[in-house]
Amino acid sequence: MFEIRSSSGWRLLDVRELWQFREVAYFLTLRDIKVRYKQTAIGVTWALLQPAAMMVVFTLFFGRMAGVPSEGIPYPLFALAGLMPWQLFSRAISESTQSLVTDQRLITRVYFPRIMVPLSSVLAASVDFLITGGLVGGLMLYFGVGVQAQVVWLPLFVILMVVTALGVGFWLSALNVEYRDVMYTVPFLNQFWLFVTPVIYPASSVPERWRLLYGLNPMTGVVEGFRWSLLDAGQAPGQMMAVSALVSLTLLVTGIVWFRRRERTFVDALGSGGR
Amino acid sequence: MTALAIRVEKLSKRYRLGQIQKYKTLRDTLMDHLYAPARAVSSLAFGRKKSPRAKDHVIWALKDVSFQVEQGDVVGVIGHNGAGKSTLLKILTRITEPTSGVVQGRGRVGSLLEVGTGFHPELTGRENIALNGAILGMGHREVARKFDRIVEFAEIERFIDTPVKHYSSGMYVRLGFAVAAHLEPEILLVDEVLAVGDAAFQRKCLGKMEDIAHQGRTVLFVSHAMSTIQNLCSRAILLENGTIAAEGLPQAVITNYMEMVQNDTVLSLDNRTDREGSGTLRFTKLYAVSESRGVSDTVCTGEDVTVVAEYESSGAPLKNVSISIPFYDHTGRHMFMCWTRLTGQDWDNIASEGEFRVRIDNFPLMPGRYTLNVWSEVNGNLADWIRNATTLNVVDGDFFGTGYLPPSTHAGMAVNHRWDYESRS
Repeated sequence: MFEIRSSSGWRLLDVRELWQFREVAYFLTLRDIKVRYKQTAIGVTWALLQPAAMMVVFTLFFGRMAGVPSEGIPYPLFALAGLMPWQLFSRAISESTQSLVTDQRLITRVYFPRIMVPLSSVLAASVDFLITGGLVGGLMLYFGVGVQAQVVWLPLFVILMVVTALGVGFWLSALNVEYRDVMYTVPFLNQFWLFVTPVIYPASSVPERWRLLYGLNPMTGVVEGFRWSLLDAGQAPGQMMAVSALVSLTLLVTGIVWFRRRERTFVDALGSGGR
Repeated sequence: MTALAIRVEKLSKRYRLGQIQKYKTLRDTLMDHLYAPARAVSSLAFGRKKSPRAKDHVIWALKDVSFQVEQGDVVGVIGHNGAGKSTLLKILTRITEPTSGVVQGRGRVGSLLEVGTGFHPELTGRENIALNGAILGMGHREVARKFDRIVEFAEIERFIDTPVKHYSSGMYVRLGFAVAAHLEPEILLVDEVLAVGDAAFQRKCLGKMEDIAHQGRTVLFVSHAMSTIQNLCSRAILLENGTIAAEGLPQAVITNYMEMVQNDTVLSLDNRTDREGSGTLRFTKLYAVSESRGVSDTVCTGEDVTVVAEYESSGAPLKNVSISIPFYDHTGRHMFMCWTRLTGQDWDNIASEGEFRVRIDNFPLMPGRYTLNVWSEVNGNLADWIRNATTLNVVDGDFFGTGYLPPSTHAGMAVNHRWDYESRS
């Protein structure tokens, strides 16, 4: 039995439905990954080249020339450990923003939980994340930096990273269906966000009294958490981290609620799908 | 013993004008909000109630539509473009939400809306079959079991591992239909897709749909092809302006629709100034009369049609009068012409008023919209010539008496023919 009626009010996720359609998420993710690596000349090498190149540039300009401190860690490793979650986040938000519009052919012709579209964009970005992770591991070996006991907390920060990316992704993808200029603001947003996140510099460079405010950027907590658990760099999680985590969770919950609120009119806003 | 498959109750769908196919920019919306106070002040000052922008322009694509479909029914949905057929299917497939009303149903709903429904262009045929299975809510084991039959039916064995964006539109439709039909949804919704693809495949699809119906599954079928609706469906629903205009046996509903399509007013040519010629003979009316609906701007392919040209003349009796009526398709291409000289029937002794009638047996034009010119010569001098004198809608009919018409992609006209066979062995 099924029933179709106008839904009303604010809704969270329908977990049963998501489970029922889990394979759809799998195929969408598979497609995103395939497209990303199939149509490029050097394929997966891109995923290695990009963080490596950025690391080199950061090391040269910020580590060497500007003398940015790096918490006693070799600067290349310091930068790459920050780039690892940052790149996933940045890729996830730029891909998920456009995801609903890109997939309008599918969305306007068959039903499945719409939230799987931005979700799969974020999941697809995890391949790059794993590759950068391998690079970090190699660099740790090279510099002889071992892991400490706190590495057990790393999964928690990975989850926090995904939560943040999903939260922002849900918001931007839903907004972009109705307001197409959102996708033009994303590159700018990405650049701006990078500079207010402790990727190039440590959070300890930010004056003590501004730290809580700085923590309002959810990526601050994620990046600092990665460095602390992986390299024992920076401070153990404290108030700033708590603020970041809270912002991440808020973004996710409000993102889901907003998305679910707006998804009813997605198809109407997307039109018949640009036949 | 029959059970309800779908119950639709007071279903309505409202669109805001401009919501369809137009998107706002964030800038516009922000500006709207910024200027809202200013507008409020100015409307107070100038006594206007609301700015034109704030007014709600709404269309009801569906309004209080209620019907029931029993299990195993094959229901045809017909109506003009914009009558609400596609909106209805989009609500039934949950692609869009109704504004109000309820749909209750039993079983999985599979759909084939437009060409190549629900395929992802970047995924291969194989992956798309699995994706569609997942969308229908079945496990990969179930999909794997039916996989071979789907591929065989779609005739795409060689291309199964090619991304579907490289498929021809025919392959797209074949695979789309094969997936929708073989994944065995209890309720199958089909929208117009059979208009594409070659005749052999169309027949195969219709056969498959009959099978599906015989298995007690339910089919909702939207089409403009009246002959298909009549042959395939056990019931039909006629939608008009978002409401149900008729419901019942296909033949009755189709007749109803035809009457609606029919437009009895015959435009007078008297006011046409875009005409050439001496005017010794002037056409006053041009219209078609068909078996099925009498005087009408609509005829069926295959029925006997008479085109009537009424005229008046100042110089009667006229001698050596030649009349021609050429037919053009919507692109302006000549289709054929009826000319008195071709049949050796130029007229003498023409009175000051009258009508010329030309009868076309087995009307050959395929469904579409056509324009007619009307032309006359008296004693070798152009008397009257009106381009685009009238338009003629041609709808599906049973030209061959078999219920089949050639696919519009492969034919501009239907031509009577007979096959013979002789064995040489």
